Amino acid sequence: MIKFEHVNKTFGEHPALIDINTEFKEHQTTVIVGPSGSGKSTLLRSLNLLERPESGHYQFNDLTVDFAKPLSNKTILTLRRKTGMVFQGYNLFPHLTVVKNVMEGPIQVLKQSATDAKKAALELLDKVGLADKADAYPSQLSGGQQQRVAIARSLAMNPEYILLDEPTSALDPELEAGVLRVLLELAQEKDSMIIVTHNLEFARAVADKILFVENGKILFDGTPAEFFKQPTQRISDFLAAMTFTTISDKANQ
Amino acid sequence: MASIWHIIVTSTPQIVAAGLKYTIPIAIISFIIGLILAVLTALTKLSPRRGWFSIVKAIAYFYVWLFRSTPLLVQLFIVYFGLPYLKVKGLWPNGIQLDPWTAGIATFSLNTGAYCAETIRASILSIPQGQWEAAYSIGMTKPQVLRHIILPQAARVSLPPLSNSFISLVKDTSLAASITIIEMFEVSQQIAAENYQPLIMYALVAALYAVLCSILSWLQGYLEKRTSRYISPIN
Repeated sequence: MIKFEHVNKTFGEHPALIDINTEFKEHQTTVIVGPSGSGKSTLLRSLNLLERPESGHYQFNDLTVDFAKPLSNKTILTLRRKTGMVFQGYNLFPHLTVVKNVMEGPIQVLKQSATDAKKAALELLDKVGLADKADAYPSQLSGGQQQRVAIARSLAMNPEYILLDEPTSALDPELEAGVLRVLLELAQEKDSMIIVTHNLEFARAVADKILFVENGKILFDGTPAEFFKQPTQRISDFLAAMTFTTISDKANQ
Repeated sequence: MASIWHIIVTSTPQIVAAGLKYTIPIAIISFIIGLILAVLTALTKLSPRRGWFSIVKAIAYFYVWLFRSTPLLVQLFIVYFGLPYLKVKGLWPNGIQLDPWTAGIATFSLNTGAYCAETIRASILSIPQGQWEAAYSIGMTKPQVLRHIILPQAARVSLPPLSNSFISLVKDTSLAASITIIEMFEVSQQIAAENYQPLIMYALVAALYAVLCSILSWLQGYLEKRTSRYISPIN
């Protein structure tokens, strides 16, 4: 279980996270939504310490971190090993083949043998439907394929949580579908996932919990059923602004 | 005209021999040492560490500044002719006396290292932040990220400017003639002093440098092709 208590983070003068309190349960998919610049990515990136909040407490199972104190390298490495991250821009290692991208973490960090790492990597590539691309370089793949490799790369570390930062925002709709299928499968397998996304259809389909973040604050923390009932005016406005059908409905009136 | 041909045929082997014995080994050894120095200097300059490490950083900045701000010929003179007069009681009572070979390699290494440090620093900075983040997020330590993710990519980026530095270094070894090393240029000077054909001799040695550097340019192209296999071609 992951828990944030009174977490605050500023970028210079600008507060990015304000008194964040929430919990991410195991075997659940949490979807974080909110307008651009709301702090949702910062929240996600604080979970694997790519961003360092200034205050608050972070509990990861039995490991507790006080953000106000300096963090040991060991703590940082442990937390990063237990979380996998998938980025909007894929961030594959361009100089390594697809299979080596997936093997790199297990070999360097988990000290697996090349044989074991390769076997596991090929299985994961099969899972994301890219077994035939194992020896290609990332530049030879489409964006959607690259993102699926990135998912395999994060799964290779056998993380307790997978963090996904707008994993399909850079993709064309037809490529997005392939990535979403993989994520849906992971959600059905009850992997613990935390996803920042603008895709509300997808949020509705996979989320066990939704966080609505704006101006660095959590404005909603609950189930998708509640969220899509539009409990506040702000959420109604957000959903209206995000949903093309609403716009076209209005245009038809 | 037959005499020009005769001069070329008899002098070329002597100059090439000097090249094989001095020019090429000095250039290669100095460049390898220089590259090691350059990587260390670049990483030092890029390091965010403070405290006692600030002193190491200051030394790195001073080193690059010093060797880029003074002429290579003057640096050679200071190391070879000047350091014997640096007499420090207890430490060097007779000054620092280096043989020409050592003085040459030391100076060329330090000089090329200062230039290459900036090349490597810029190459490391050119690798997108996302590469660091992706590597960190799979739990790699900073040295692992550098060694396995950043430096291999930075090496490809820095290949053309590093080749520039190496080709410059090969030609700059001609300055070693001034500290009594009998490299290609020194040999051609000696022959010119005997046969009174400075134009032919210096044109000949220039041509031989050009041949050597052309081979290096070709090698650069080959290496660029090899290290760029993973880059998709620009349409």
